[in-house]
Amino acid sequence: MLDKNGIAKRIAREVKDGMYVNLGIGIPTLVANYIPEGVNVVLQSENGILGMGPFPYEGEEDADLINAGKQTVTLLPGSSIFDSAMSFGMIRGQKVNLTILGAMEVSENGDIANWKIPGKMVKGMGGAMDLVASAKNIIVAMQHVNKAGESKLLPKCDLPLTGVKCVKKIVTELAVLDIINEGGFRLLERAPGVSIEQIKNATAGKLIIEGEIPEMVI
Amino acid sequence: MINRVVKNAEEAIKDITDNMTLLVGGFGLCGIPENCIAALVKKNVKGLTCISNNAGVDDFGLGLLLQTKQIKKMISSYVGENAEFERQMLSGELEVELIPQGTLATRCLAAGYGMPVIYTPAGVGTEVAIGKEVRKFKFNGEEKDYLMEHAFEADFAIVKAWKGDTAGNLIFRSTARNFNPMMAMAGKITIAEVEELVEVGQLDPDQIHTPGIYVHRIFQGEKYEKRIEQVTVRKK
Repeated sequence: MLDKNGIAKRIAREVKDGMYVNLGIGIPTLVANYIPEGVNVVLQSENGILGMGPFPYEGEEDADLINAGKQTVTLLPGSSIFDSAMSFGMIRGQKVNLTILGAMEVSENGDIANWKIPGKMVKGMGGAMDLVASAKNIIVAMQHVNKAGESKLLPKCDLPLTGVKCVKKIVTELAVLDIINEGGFRLLERAPGVSIEQIKNATAGKLIIEGEIPEMVI
Repeated sequence: MINRVVKNAEEAIKDITDNMTLLVGGFGLCGIPENCIAALVKKNVKGLTCISNNAGVDDFGLGLLLQTKQIKKMISSYVGENAEFERQMLSGELEVELIPQGTLATRCLAAGYGMPVIYTPAGVGTEVAIGKEVRKFKFNGEEKDYLMEHAFEADFAIVKAWKGDTAGNLIFRSTARNFNPMMAMAGKITIAEVEELVEVGQLDPDQIHTPGIYVHRIFQGEKYEKRIEQVTVRKK
């Protein structure tokens, strides 16, 4: 079974040289720490950065330079700054190659819910609806089950949706799965030490298992 | 050149009255018009509808106008970090409309570009789409659904820039740019406060982000606090 950093490490292997990548808040942010050497990617932050760098050194933080999570960041050589309309323009225009984000629920046809729990304080969708509506390549990083032990991979989402038929791949602490066009979670890899049985028990939606399922290489 | 300069924030906002709709620039606490917000608190105008990506924190940014209960309605994409906001929202004192961030930006842009509506895929199939026209377009080799969203109509836009000149030309700095340029374009009357106000001729025309035609009033703000919401650092 993987911890959060393990999930981030596995997702980092999906990041290819030359990609423009948008990382959501939470586990997706950790992916930046594990991008292999020699793989050159440009991180987009939807408040208006291409070429976002790491946190600044103590004492060097700049109030005018933050990421979409409102954290102080730095700029890398070759970076650029733009306004919010252009930022979502490049997202909508599918110039950003890969979007990695967290989710509360994903359905077997690729619907995602990650912004609202009815009856609880609703903070808003931020840029998530824009990202999932336009991105061609969306990977979800999340726990396979929620705190109550219930599966987050469902036949149909119970929570209000963020977007429909958009998720392509999911990486959890148990497995890597993709979503096939006809609907269903196709099991691609097992996390180290995790059995098919465990994954079956944690997946409420249609699980497709074809042939031998290899263990993840991290 | 037309001179757009006003004395200070009080003069800039003097004709903002109860129940008006304001576009307020900034992302989180980054690039917010601190001086105009303070002047609005002082003037105590009520019943405001504020269109802004966020709602500040309890004691800074638009949170100051929430404390004094001057805001009737917020239109935002994310309103996380504010306990008083949450209290007013849950008690029904404050009306809140949450919309996708890109939709927010583009509805400003549409207003500034003189277009009544946009079509966006953001929110299709979600509760954001309820009551809105959905149309299918074939675009980029793919047929999919788009939501019709209206350009904002606001009485005033209030933005913050780094530098400006007396003709109203603006230059923003780093990610404090965010929503400010498109909100500047979208106001019926646009007020810009800047950290440094210079004479015409002192800004390079090639470097201007917002041309002065969009800016009706400009002044040099004072005592910028520029509070950071989340200081994140690494060790040397």
